[in-house]
Amino acid sequence: MVDFGGWDMPVAFGSQIEEHHAVRNAAGVFDVSHMCVVDLIGGRTRELLSRLLANDIARLKVPGSALYSCMLNEQGGVIDDLIAYYLADDHFRLVVNASTRDKDLAWIGAHATQLDLRLLERRDLAMLAVQGPLARQRTATLLSSEAASAVMSLLPFHGAQIGDWFVARTGYTGEDGFEIMLPAGDAAKLWQGLNAAGVRSCGLGARDTLRLEAGMNLYGNDMDEHTNPLESGLAWTVAFAPTQRDFIGRAALELIRARGSEHKRVGLVLQERAVLRSHQRVIVSGGGEGEVTSGTYSPTLSRSIGLARVPISTGASVQVEVRGRMLPALTVRPPFVRHGRPLIQL
Amino acid sequence: MSKIPADLKYTRSHEWLKTMPDGIIEIGISDHAQEALGDLVFVELPEVGRSLAAGEACAVVESVKAASDIYAPVAATVVAINVQLAEAPELINQDPYGRGWILRLKPTAQGADSGLLSAHDYQVLAAEG
Repeated sequence: MVDFGGWDMPVAFGSQIEEHHAVRNAAGVFDVSHMCVVDLIGGRTRELLSRLLANDIARLKVPGSALYSCMLNEQGGVIDDLIAYYLADDHFRLVVNASTRDKDLAWIGAHATQLDLRLLERRDLAMLAVQGPLARQRTATLLSSEAASAVMSLLPFHGAQIGDWFVARTGYTGEDGFEIMLPAGDAAKLWQGLNAAGVRSCGLGARDTLRLEAGMNLYGNDMDEHTNPLESGLAWTVAFAPTQRDFIGRAALELIRARGSEHKRVGLVLQERAVLRSHQRVIVSGGGEGEVTSGTYSPTLSRSIGLARVPISTGASVQVEVRGRMLPALTVRPPFVRHGRPLIQL
Repeated sequence: MSKIPADLKYTRSHEWLKTMPDGIIEIGISDHAQEALGDLVFVELPEVGRSLAAGEACAVVESVKAASDIYAPVAATVVAINVQLAEAPELINQDPYGRGWILRLKPTAQGADSGLLSAHDYQVLAAEG
């Protein structure tokens, strides 16, 4: 068990690598109840999110649809990354990181009161992420036929309220699956039911190797308040159009965009038998240095991979200082693995 | 609860040592250590024939979580390494006191193992974390 943002969480139930493969090949379940669920209630919720989020909340047109976005400060630094769900015109739901809960609630709350909105932290809800190519069908076996057909017909990045549960086709592994928010008292029974249906219990360790293979950033490692989304591999989540939408951080990002970023995010594939770890030094040929922001061993590729922030001029290969040795690594464009398949030529 | 065989000696850095009848010392990492490290993915081994000073780092075991050095408990020469670990580092997780042995050393001098822990003392150390 490790402390994670004040939560006691298992790194693994048994072998972390077996848990990883279970998710790539079949199905696994993660207890992600540490994630902070916040409901925003009131008539001007869209107006708030249009201002707070770098991605455009107007993209959510159908109730149940979801949007991944960064929430920025005025300097364009990332306060947090989150998923916003459109539940009803006066009801949106945000899922933010556990480690950033306090500052997120303070930031959102300060802006919400000006618009007469209510902020409701859903500590009553647990969240289980069921992930893997067989995750949806194995979850569906535990539901009533009506609920099963409702969740099986969900499009990617959409969710539906099923009684007290909210089931969304989202995740953090690069595989298909659901994230299920449900009354905390129901969670243990669902977990055990999933285990009985052939869904393996997975811990934080596998969650990290899966998200890294999928090329997904971890807040606090791969971006934070001192880095902006454009240099963190998250430019695709910043909606500059329409130009009149004045989101917080926009002015700073426009300046950065006009000037050009000094850094970029790359994926790394280590060419030697060692493991990339965050904060290792990256040496770029022709001068300049960067830093590994996340590194791990990739169970799918059987070698070490990482994400790094490097000078914008960085080419196809770099050297990384690993435990006192300079080791060669290739720079690649993440993701490394998606839907069970390697996307990187080794 | 991790296994701590009574017939082995242990170090504060979580290696176990087995002295064979011919004086050769076999070394691995304890069950407690492999549990703490989690799935091992790489093992870096020294060359056979290398001379080691007491306390010298002579191998590296690396898991998904962390890399950890293996230290020579006494001044010694490397006489064997477990070559199977190159392809199957998980042997250390599966059988830390058996097929997961790491290397064998021939001590340079006799009776230099005074700093080693008994199974009982190691149990106390492991329980402290």
